Amino acid sequence: MIVHSIFFYFFSIIAIFSAVMVVAARNTVHSVFFLILDFISISCLFIMIGAEFLGMIMLIVYVGAVAVLFLFVVMMLNLAEKKEEKEESKIINSHIPVGLLVSVIIFLEILFVIGGWKYKAEVIDTLSIDINNNFTNTHAIGSVIYTEYIHLFQLSGMILLVAMVGAIALTFRTREGIKRQSYFKQISRERSQSVELVDVESGKGVNLND
Amino acid sequence: MISIGLGHYLTLSAIIFIIGVIGIFLNRKNIIVILMSIELILLAVNINLVSFSIFIQDLTGQIFAMFVLTVAAAEAAIGLAIIVIYYRNKGSIRVKDISSLKG
Repeated sequence: MIVHSIFFYFFSIIAIFSAVMVVAARNTVHSVFFLILDFISISCLFIMIGAEFLGMIMLIVYVGAVAVLFLFVVMMLNLAEKKEEKEESKIINSHIPVGLLVSVIIFLEILFVIGGWKYKAEVIDTLSIDINNNFTNTHAIGSVIYTEYIHLFQLSGMILLVAMVGAIALTFRTREGIKRQSYFKQISRERSQSVELVDVESGKGVNLND
Repeated sequence: MISIGLGHYLTLSAIIFIIGVIGIFLNRKNIIVILMSIELILLAVNINLVSFSIFIQDLTGQIFAMFVLTVAAAEAAIGLAIIVIYYRNKGSIRVKDISSLKG
């Protein structure tokens, strides 16, 4: 039990620290790195608490895909901070007191909800899928997600497909002066447009310009 | 203090959630950091779902967290694509410069 708490505090302190650094870091590349650290420590917490599959999926999806995507975009765009921004930032800093006030109020509200909250007895009846400890976590999720949640699962696949098509359609641009393959032209081409049968008299040969 | 219960995980997720909200409010740099703050908020939601799922022994929370993960990935891809074309058109993605809506 004490090991559990030591690891919990270790990972959660790292997670909170890196979350603060994501927001506070001056360099955007640094904040992407701290975002990666945050995801990794949270996924360690997930693995520790017993949700191994989700922890590993978080590593793959977030660290392997999303964070690298962020890194690519940050490095592709020129985000270097200019000199005159220093003075301008004072004007924007006037938002800080109101923003902090609102954030602290939201935090206190969430804490009140957590503090004064406990299960009602009926909640046990509404549980739908008990965790069977004879199976591994991955086995249990797999046995449910392809049966009871198959429609949601396929819908999430559609969401990813639409996002992929949308991202490509948004960033795609046609450049001038580049020769491209035209599938429709190729497919709709017919024999009569390209091949010609010529009757040739014997002994005369064919003139190419005919 | 020693035994870690559901409340600890909920508090952790509340703290990360609030850091994400603060990141949206107080951002003075570029809009990519706002997208990262949204990712932090979704991460906090995932912590909530998974810890409830473990502590009340119900698998549904983890499955829902997986769907949240999917939506977060799709949202990041679309958001970054929008940022890229915005940068291509306007030449800057600093929050100060994005004021076409006069909000």
